[in-house]
Amino acid sequence: MNAYSVDHIHDDHHDHGPPPGLMRWVTTTNHKDIGTLYLWFSLIMFFIGGFMALIIRTELFQPGLQIVDPHFFNQMTTMHALVMIFGVVMPAFVGLANWMLPMMVGAPDMALPRMNNWSFWILPFGFAMMLSTLFMEGGGPASGWTIYPPLVLQTGDALPFLIFSIHILGVSSIMGAINIVATIMNMRAPGMTYMKMPLFVWTWFITAYLLIAVMPVLAGAVTMLLTDKFFGTSFFDAAGGGDPVMFQHIFWFFGHPEVYILILPAFGIVSEIIPTFSRKKLFGYSSMVYATASIAFLSFIVWAHHMFTVGMPLAGALFFMFTTMLIAVPTGVKVFNWVSTMWRGAMTFETPMLFAIGFVIMFTIGGFSGLMLAMTPIDFQYHDTYFVVAHFHYVLVPGAIFAIIAGVYYWIPKWTGNMYDEKLGKAHFWLSTIFVNVLFFPMHFVGLAGMPRRIPDYAVQFTDFNQIATIGAFGFGFAQILLLVVVIKCIRGGAKATDQVWEGAHGLEWSVASPAPYHTFSPQPVVK
Amino acid sequence: MRRFKQFHLIVIPVAMFGFGYLMVPIYDIFCDITGLNGKTSSISQAELDVLETDQDRRVRVEFISALNQGAQWNFYPEVKSMKVTPGKSYTTTYTATNRLDQSMVGQAVPSVAPAQAATYFNKTECFCFVQQSFDPHESRQMPLVFVVDPELPDDINTLTLSYTFFDVNSRIN
Repeated sequence: MNAYSVDHIHDDHHDHGPPPGLMRWVTTTNHKDIGTLYLWFSLIMFFIGGFMALIIRTELFQPGLQIVDPHFFNQMTTMHALVMIFGVVMPAFVGLANWMLPMMVGAPDMALPRMNNWSFWILPFGFAMMLSTLFMEGGGPASGWTIYPPLVLQTGDALPFLIFSIHILGVSSIMGAINIVATIMNMRAPGMTYMKMPLFVWTWFITAYLLIAVMPVLAGAVTMLLTDKFFGTSFFDAAGGGDPVMFQHIFWFFGHPEVYILILPAFGIVSEIIPTFSRKKLFGYSSMVYATASIAFLSFIVWAHHMFTVGMPLAGALFFMFTTMLIAVPTGVKVFNWVSTMWRGAMTFETPMLFAIGFVIMFTIGGFSGLMLAMTPIDFQYHDTYFVVAHFHYVLVPGAIFAIIAGVYYWIPKWTGNMYDEKLGKAHFWLSTIFVNVLFFPMHFVGLAGMPRRIPDYAVQFTDFNQIATIGAFGFGFAQILLLVVVIKCIRGGAKATDQVWEGAHGLEWSVASPAPYHTFSPQPVVK
Repeated sequence: MRRFKQFHLIVIPVAMFGFGYLMVPIYDIFCDITGLNGKTSSISQAELDVLETDQDRRVRVEFISALNQGAQWNFYPEVKSMKVTPGKSYTTTYTATNRLDQSMVGQAVPSVAPAQAATYFNKTECFCFVQQSFDPHESRQMPLVFVVDPELPDDINTLTLSYTFFDVNSRIN
């Protein structure tokens, strides 16, 4: 409480806190407000996307067609992916960055606060437009989130809305990324050199560059789809001399770095949490930074491993196979460093730490199935099966989502000033961990046995594993209501958090009061 | 407030948007060199005259045809396959029939498998070079003159040439 009153004396000639009422949230340029908006938006979208996933799993509970028609099933697989990628994981990371990044580098706010407001507020409109396509003539997009032509060009009225909403989401994340880079480059406290920055800042710094480099490529690709459909161009139309395979190249040139956009900030969060609860410094700080940068670089030269089966000369297949497997090296360095940080640490297992350890173990499972898929001849067998679905859900759900949840538990006492309910948090962790494995592990087996993805029906021999997966899906889905309960309870009250919150926590964000005052670091701190 | 100095943050997105489009010609050139997308090469008569023939070798060329998206045509090759000598030029035809009561315009798009062979399959004359217009119920034989390059790798003994016939009426109107 001491630091809070000190801050108050410093600031009371210009700090009048947030204005009251709803307009506070519409007009805000405060990084903490915008972070909160992003996080709530992400949580709402998480439940919308999760509801779509449950429709998919309900349909797949039994072979044959049960509750939805195949076209709607395909709309659900497509929208579930778009919502979860662009509406949940990316905004959640941007929200955490908004909240924590200025406090971590000792800045009073983001570098470009008005643009920050804009980059959040165009997001709900983008998603309103995208979700509204489900109610349009011909339904929403049903071609999978990869929107491959020529299939996607058969979408009804929804196509231009889908494309413009992707443009809007792209603009939003590019602006967010520009803001983050500008903040890190210009606003660090005196003495905060690059190699002293917390790892969450470093991973976001690199992620932001990935974002500004590849989101425009996606914008270009969807613009080509738009002109192919409505303005007579033939980028992807063979009749006019185009080639649909070219779309896959352009899309995955965006798509693979995008995969790392979805995971690098998660690496950063986990690299903050594990040292805190191991009460040791992070093992191999600089190797973590270089590993992150290497992963980011490699992500630009591996894209065609998503499309081994479209045909490629042997040299190409070998190149993409080996570069893909090379990514396992820096990723292995990271996992090694996390484990080494825990080695002989005085560890305690509060909820954020549980989620972080769960992340390390289950993300690694996803990494290994990724290595299997990297091998070209094996990929011919597994391509577009449930094995792929199991792989990327392991890296995204107990990977990215677990890291985000870990970050929320870790930082929420700083946001609200109250400790969350540890019992409920732990229950949330164990239910999530058990059910996420019940949900996704059987998918490996049905995938290896040849069950194709994105199909509402399947051969009867896959029934048992699919029923297990569906039970896991409902368990995991309902367990997430606990997260909402914990967050609301924590906002409304609870044990008061100290400024440092966690015994082993180090860094500038823990030197300000809990809850963090509306304006922090107006006189910049000095890092020694 | 400090002035915004990181102009590269604006230059990179704009440049990368351009790069997305630049990938179109890059892809075409890359495929032209490697034959990756199965697109065949064309060859002039002068180039054809200087090609040596490889009398000892016979390569089997298969012809197949396909229609795109239920186009209302009949479309098939005159012969299903030929044994050819690399370096010699051959002529064959495909027949197309417009089954509709209105005039139609079609475009044939070739593809060669295996893809490594695509650059060795050369055409001096092909109905696929231009769009073909048909009167109602018109049927027509369309010629194709081709030569297989003697440089064709030894392990390739069979080439499959596939033509897909596209309706391009909507594209023209």
